[in-house]
Amino acid sequence: MAKRKAIVNVRDCVACGCCIKVCPRDAITVPQGIHAKIDEELCIGCGKCAKECPASVITLEVLKQ
Amino acid sequence: MRQKKKWYDFLWIFSLTYLILGFFNILFAWLGLLCFFIPLIIAIVGRNKAYCNKYCGRSQLFSLVGGRFELSRKKDVPKWMKSKYFRYGFLIFFFAMFFLMLWNTYLVFAGVKNLGMAVTLLWTFKLPWHWAYHGTLFSDGVAQFAFGFYSVMLTSTVLGFITMILFKPRSWCVYCPMGTMTQLICKARNAARPQN
Ligand code: SF4
Ligand code: SF4
Ligand code: SF4
Repeated sequence: MAKRKAIVNVRDCVACGCCIKVCPRDAITVPQGIHAKIDEELCIGCGKCAKECPASVITLEVLKQ
Repeated sequence: MRQKKKWYDFLWIFSLTYLILGFFNILFAWLGLLCFFIPLIIAIVGRNKAYCNKYCGRSQLFSLVGGRFELSRKKDVPKWMKSKYFRYGFLIFFFAMFFLMLWNTYLVFAGVKNLGMAVTLLWTFKLPWHWAYHGTLFSDGVAQFAFGFYSVMLTSTVLGFITMILFKPRSWCVYCPMGTMTQLICKARNAARPQN
């Protein structure tokens, strides 16, 4: 099965941090308060952040190797 | 479940108490300045949005009522609402109204206008609020500011609850003037520094 990872559309991210609070793996940070950043190593593609994001700027995508 | 709740996950209690206190004594509205200066100081000095990301009690209230209590359709916000035009436009409008409120406060301070014991909702509807007024300190202007500031806080809470119900719980964060402003400050403050 292909692994899916969360990807942030950084242009529209409002840096609110809702995603940080729901991530079970603590994979998300908002460095410098500009936009969210997801640690691919930690992300398990559960999609919780995408559901929570009020701006709906997170998508789950299959990463090409 | 994820990591254990931290102390700051309970700051919604502060936000809720604040709103309730305003019904009893309007002078408590002054406390709301904390929700103004703390995020600004964090953004300017700390160069980050830790306030939004961790401490903001109002957004916790929205995620509690909209998320835990399911009072939300959990739909995507419309595209225009997250556009830069709307977000920056709303920020400008919000501050224009804010300065108008400060100007009114000044007029009362200066004795030009009489104290208006009303809370203005959505910049339009004047709600009688005299029951929460029990005299003031120093000058009527102190109370006028309290009425004005509470109007701002109540208006943003009402808007936040409306978009919470219509869209995702924390939809307010998409166009919250404080959030937009702190993000802009962070962009400016970090512009010259490398991303890590
Ligand atoms: S919840 Fe969405 S808008 Fe908010 S910081 Fe995360 S990705 Fe950005
Ligand atoms: S998909 Fe799940 S694990 Fe990955 S960043 Fe989002 S919440 Fe965290
Ligand atoms: S965007 Fe506004 S409501 Fe949302 S967390 Fe930041 S200050 Fe609070």
